[in-house]
Amino acid sequence: MTTAVNKQQTATADSQATRDAGLIKRRQTAVYVYEAPLRLWHWVTVFSVLTLCVTGYLIGSPLPTLPGEASDNYLMGYIRFAHFAAGYLLAVAFIGRIYWALVGNSHARELFLVPLHRVQWWREAWHEVRWYLFLEKTPKKYIGHNPLGQCAMFFMFVLGNLFMIFTGFALYGEGLGQDSWADQLFGWLIPLLGQSQGVHSWHHLGMWYLIIFVMIHVYVAVREDIMSRQSLISTMIGGWRMFKDDRPD
Amino acid sequence: MSQIETFYEVMRRQGITRRSFLKYCSLTAAALGLGPTFAPKIANAMETKPRTPVLWLHGLECTCCSESFIRSAHPLVKDVVLSMISLDYDDTLMAAAGHQAEQSLEDTMKKYKGEYILAVEGNPPLNEDGMFCIVGGKPFLDQLKHAAKDAKAIIAWGSCASWGCVQAARPNPTQAVPIHKVITDKPIIKVPGCPPIAEVMTGVITYMLTFGCIPELDRQGRPKMFYSQRIHDKCYRRPHFDAGQFVEHWDDEGARKGYCLYKVGCKGPTTYNACSTVRWNEGTSFPIQAGHGCIGCSEEGFWDKGSFYDRLSNIQQFGIEQNADQIGMAVAGGVGAAIAGHAAVSAIKRAQHKGEQES
Ligand code: HEM
Ligand code: HEM
Ligand code: SF4
Ligand code: SF4
Repeated sequence: MTTAVNKQQTATADSQATRDAGLIKRRQTAVYVYEAPLRLWHWVTVFSVLTLCVTGYLIGSPLPTLPGEASDNYLMGYIRFAHFAAGYLLAVAFIGRIYWALVGNSHARELFLVPLHRVQWWREAWHEVRWYLFLEKTPKKYIGHNPLGQCAMFFMFVLGNLFMIFTGFALYGEGLGQDSWADQLFGWLIPLLGQSQGVHSWHHLGMWYLIIFVMIHVYVAVREDIMSRQSLISTMIGGWRMFKDDRPD
Repeated sequence: MSQIETFYEVMRRQGITRRSFLKYCSLTAAALGLGPTFAPKIANAMETKPRTPVLWLHGLECTCCSESFIRSAHPLVKDVVLSMISLDYDDTLMAAAGHQAEQSLEDTMKKYKGEYILAVEGNPPLNEDGMFCIVGGKPFLDQLKHAAKDAKAIIAWGSCASWGCVQAARPNPTQAVPIHKVITDKPIIKVPGCPPIAEVMTGVITYMLTFGCIPELDRQGRPKMFYSQRIHDKCYRRPHFDAGQFVEHWDDEGARKGYCLYKVGCKGPTTYNACSTVRWNEGTSFPIQAGHGCIGCSEEGFWDKGSFYDRLSNIQQFGIEQNADQIGMAVAGGVGAAIAGHAAVSAIKRAQHKGEQES
């Protein structure tokens, strides 16, 4: 949940780390937040989104012409293949992620359920805005995502990702041919967005939307990892959220 | 209905021999992508079925569809279909004119109520009560609605009737609309293209005349047999696309070697039409074969998608016309600068407060 940490919930960190910290008198506490399938999904998604952006850009603006006979080269073919393979990976992983939201721990649901109806959530979001505007000296502690992060992850990533998967498979269905499964499931999008060219343009624009999310996301992950009161990057790798101080939220 | 002639009778009356008739049947079967076993079926249908009358209306258009149609590769197809159509109503092709012509329209509509096919070339402008297109002293809009009322099926010839085409391009002062915006209760077969390919036109009409039903249509109402694939799917330059060999400039080596025209804005990857298989002018060539990219003439709103030499659409909402990449890069650049600024301030703040926090 996005509510600030309740101290009773936090387990005591292993005392080894505390002793190693040595000089600084600080007791770190840790909570197991992101389970293995979720972490795996995160890094699979990172890999496929990066591949999709690079190959997608090269589909839109291909590399300089290669010399030789057409039969000796297959560059666009390989780039497009990589794009479609990564596209499948992204989509299948996302279906897995939705499944995990149903069966995983409560943090697995944060990505999809933004508690916009809760006053407390808005209050914390405002605090977070002030923290990013350097108006607040100390951030709050969060076991899960902070409210702003949750917002970005839902509105930029989840919606953006779904949009890319839907438009991507609609375009893919054009290549597979009429009445193919992709055409039947997603082909209706093409007349909806004008025509095939419109879908290409929207799919292309969607890439930039996701790129902007990733830029902000990675910056904030690194910044918060350094400046906030909890671990972030190691949490997405090992699953444990470490808190750097014992002070109340 | 017994007094109506069959197709065969009409053809014989037009002086076509039985031998030519059978040849026509097998050619039609081939054009429609049906096997040779279908030729006798077509012959049989034509010998026994009363012929279906066709009314051909002209709204806001340039007559390029008619021009294309009368250049169909096989003269027999053209003669037969054309002569049959001109028996009924086509103000551009028929012998009658003026009141006489309008009268024959009414006669056919009455005589073949619910039986005739309505073919529409061009589209109706809605602005000023349709005054921007007058046929026989009345707005075309009225004639269209009137003639559509008792039609069995409707063919939308070309991009005008199907999508709106140039007269509906921004800002569309006459408010021209494709015919499906005003006729909503009848099956409409869209045969887009500016113009559509002659063989596609005669193929569609022959199919409907012989089988008495409309061909299978795709999601957007186009006959699947001619519009199920993109130019790009059957383009003979496709191996160069897959190989990554492109024409970069119109005068470069790649252009001479016939490389793929993707980078100079070919719309083949987003255009559904039969040009790359059927080709034009008796199968002589098509734009890409002549060295120019496809401009996507059979796609909805192709006039408003920006330059013929860019693949991505212009996005007008951003004031100056720009495409997805230009907008994306500008915004990403802005975000990047903001991040850099924010990171710098964060670092300074952190340096300032370091002492306080650690103690
Ligand atoms: C294509 C690139 C990336 C995408 C699409 C992406 C997407 C996401 C999403 C959707 C979440 C939410 C996870 C959930 O709630 O299930 C998340 C969390 C996270 N990501 Fe990424 N990510 C990307 C790259 C990265 C990179 C490069 C890093 C490391 C620097 C990173 C670090 C994190 C961290 C630390 C979290 C957890 C945030 C928290 O605990 O509040 N991500 N990411
Ligand atoms: C993060 C997600 C994705 C990004 C950033 C992305 C990016 C792109 C870009 C930039 C293009 C070029 C568009 C153009 O200029 O015409 C493209 C094309 C395409 N993408 Fe994606 N894409 C993503 C996901 C997907 C998915 C999930 C699929 C499904 C398989 C997919 C299938 C396609 C297809 C079929 C094309 C057209 C290829 C062609 O015209 O040859 N994409 N993508
Ligand atoms: S010339 Fe056009 S239609 Fe042909 S392969 Fe290249 S992009 Fe596709
Ligand atoms: S190649 Fe493209 S622009 Fe040219 S006639 Fe065919 S569909 Fe129209």
